[in-house]
Amino acid sequence: MSAAAYLQDARRERRFYLSLALPALVLVGFAALLPVAWILRQSFLDLGGNFTTANYGKILSSGLTWSALGTTLALSGTTLVLCMILGIPLALTLASTSTRIANRVLILIMLPLWTSILVRTYGWLVLLRKDGLVNAALQSLGLTDAPLPLVYNFNGTLIGMVHYMLPLFVLPVYAAMRDIDSNIIRAAASMGAGLWHCVRTVILPLSAGGILSGSTIVFIYTLGFFITPAVLGGGKVNPISIRIDRTLSTFQDWGSASALGVLLLVLVLLTGAMLFATRWFLNRGTRHA
Amino acid sequence: MLDAYQDNRLSKTLLWSFSALVLLFLMLPTLIVVPLSFSASDLLEFPPREWSLRWYESFFMSSAWMAALRTSLILGILTAAVAVPASFLACFALNRLGGRTAAGIYALLLSPSVTPGILLAIGLFFVLAKLGLVGTLTGVLAGHVVLAIPVAVIVLYPALNRFDWAQAQAARSLGASWFQTMGGIILPQLGLSLSTAALMAFLTSLDEAVISIFVANGPSSTLPKLMFISLRDQIDPTIAAISTLWTVLISGVVLFFNLRDRGQNA
Repeated sequence: MSAAAYLQDARRERRFYLSLALPALVLVGFAALLPVAWILRQSFLDLGGNFTTANYGKILSSGLTWSALGTTLALSGTTLVLCMILGIPLALTLASTSTRIANRVLILIMLPLWTSILVRTYGWLVLLRKDGLVNAALQSLGLTDAPLPLVYNFNGTLIGMVHYMLPLFVLPVYAAMRDIDSNIIRAAASMGAGLWHCVRTVILPLSAGGILSGSTIVFIYTLGFFITPAVLGGGKVNPISIRIDRTLSTFQDWGSASALGVLLLVLVLLTGAMLFATRWFLNRGTRHA
Repeated sequence: MLDAYQDNRLSKTLLWSFSALVLLFLMLPTLIVVPLSFSASDLLEFPPREWSLRWYESFFMSSAWMAALRTSLILGILTAAVAVPASFLACFALNRLGGRTAAGIYALLLSPSVTPGILLAIGLFFVLAKLGLVGTLTGVLAGHVVLAIPVAVIVLYPALNRFDWAQAQAARSLGASWFQTMGGIILPQLGLSLSTAALMAFLTSLDEAVISIFVANGPSSTLPKLMFISLRDQIDPTIAAISTLWTVLISGVVLFFNLRDRGQNA
C-alpha cells in the first residue's frame, strides 16, 4: 500500500471512530452544553429579545443577590470544614485497618451515597424536628430544657449538606491514605514521633492530594445545592440556587434568573481554577523535594 | 498502616469511637424512617406506639404515587437504554482514537457531572420551552440521559481499556465482520461492565430530582418530584414507607454488587 493510500485509510478510520462518539456527544451537546449556552445568551436579553446588560445591573444592585452569595459561600465553606473534621479521622481509621475490614465499613459509607437525596432529607426532617428524636435525646439527657431549633434554618441545611457530601469526601482521602508507604510511618515512629505528631507531619502532608480532591468535590457540588436548602432551610436559607428558583417561579423573570445562573457558573469555574492552581503548586512542591 | 503505634491503645480507641459516631451519623437518617413507616399514627412518634401497614397501603393505593412510580421506572429503563449504548460507542471510539482528541471528548462527556444541577435544570427548561417540550417525557429523558452518560462512561471506559484488543484483531483476521466481532467477541466479555453501567444509569435516573422538579409536569412527574412537593408542603408518613422500600432496594443492589465482585476476585 502506498503511503498516501495508507494515510487516507487512517483518516477514514479516524472519521469512523469519531462518528461512533457522535450520539453521546450530540446528547451531551443538546441537554447540557446548549442549555448552559442558552442561560448565557438569555442573561443578555431583555423581554423584547434585544441585547441588554440590565439583567446584571438588576441582580448586582439587589441586596438579595449579595446575601444569597454570602449564604452560598457560608454553606459551602462550613460544609467543607465539617467534612474535614468528620471525614479525615474516619479515613485514617479505615486506612489503619486491614483491607477486608475497611471494605466492610466502606459498604456502610457507600449505602447513604446511593440512597435518594429525598429519602435522606426526609430522615433528617424527622430526626431534627422540635419533637424529633435528636431533641428528645438532648432533653432526656438534660443537656437542654427546651427543644433546639435544629431544622428549617441554616443549621438544618448544613447538617443535610454535610451528610450528603461526607461519603464523597472520605473516599478520595481514604484512597490517598491507603497509598502511603507504612515504612515511612514506621520510620517516623522509630525516631520518636508520637502518633499525633506523625499524623500532623507525615500522614496529612502525604495525603494532601486526596484531601484536595475531596475538598474540590465538596465545594463545587455544594455551590449549586438546591433540594437540601429548599426542604431543610424552610424558606429561611436562600443560597443562589434558591434565588434562581424564586426569580423564575415567582417573578417569571427569565433574564435575571439567567444572570444569577451565570453568577453561579462563574463561582464554580473560579473555584475549579483555584483548586487546579493549588494542585499544580502542590505537585511542583513534591517534584522539587 | 499505623502498626508502629500498636501500643497507643488510647488514641486507637478514641479514633475508633469517633469513627463509629461518624458512621452512626451517616446511617441514622436512612435507618430512622424504617420503624416510622410501620407506625399506625399520623404523628411522627418514635418509637411508634402501634404498628400498621397503612402507609404502604396509602402509597400503593394512591393513583398519583403509582403514576409517579410508573413514570420513574419507565424513565429509568429508557435512560439506561439510551445512555449505555451511546456511552459504549463513545468509549470504544475514545479507546481507538487515543491522544488529545480522546481526552477532549472524554472531558466533554463528563462535563455534565460537574455542572450544578440547577443550571442544567433551568437551562434545559429554557431550551425545552422553546421547543414546546416542557412537561413531556422526552424532555425529562434528555436531562436524565445527560446525567447518566458520565456515570456510564466512568464504568465503561476503564473496562474497554483493559480489554485485550488482540482478540478482536484475531477475529477480524479470521474473517469475522466488524459486527460479528462486536457481537461475538467484544460484547460478551464486557457483559459485566455493561450491566453495571446499565444499573448505575437506571439508578441515576431513578434518583434524579432537580431536573424533574423544573422540567417535568403532570404525567411526566417522577417519584422524586412528588416526594419533593410533599416534603415541602407537609410531612406525610407515606414518604417513610417509600423511603423504606427505596432503602431495601438499594441495600439489595449494593450487597449484590459486593458479593458479585467478591466472587469475581476469588
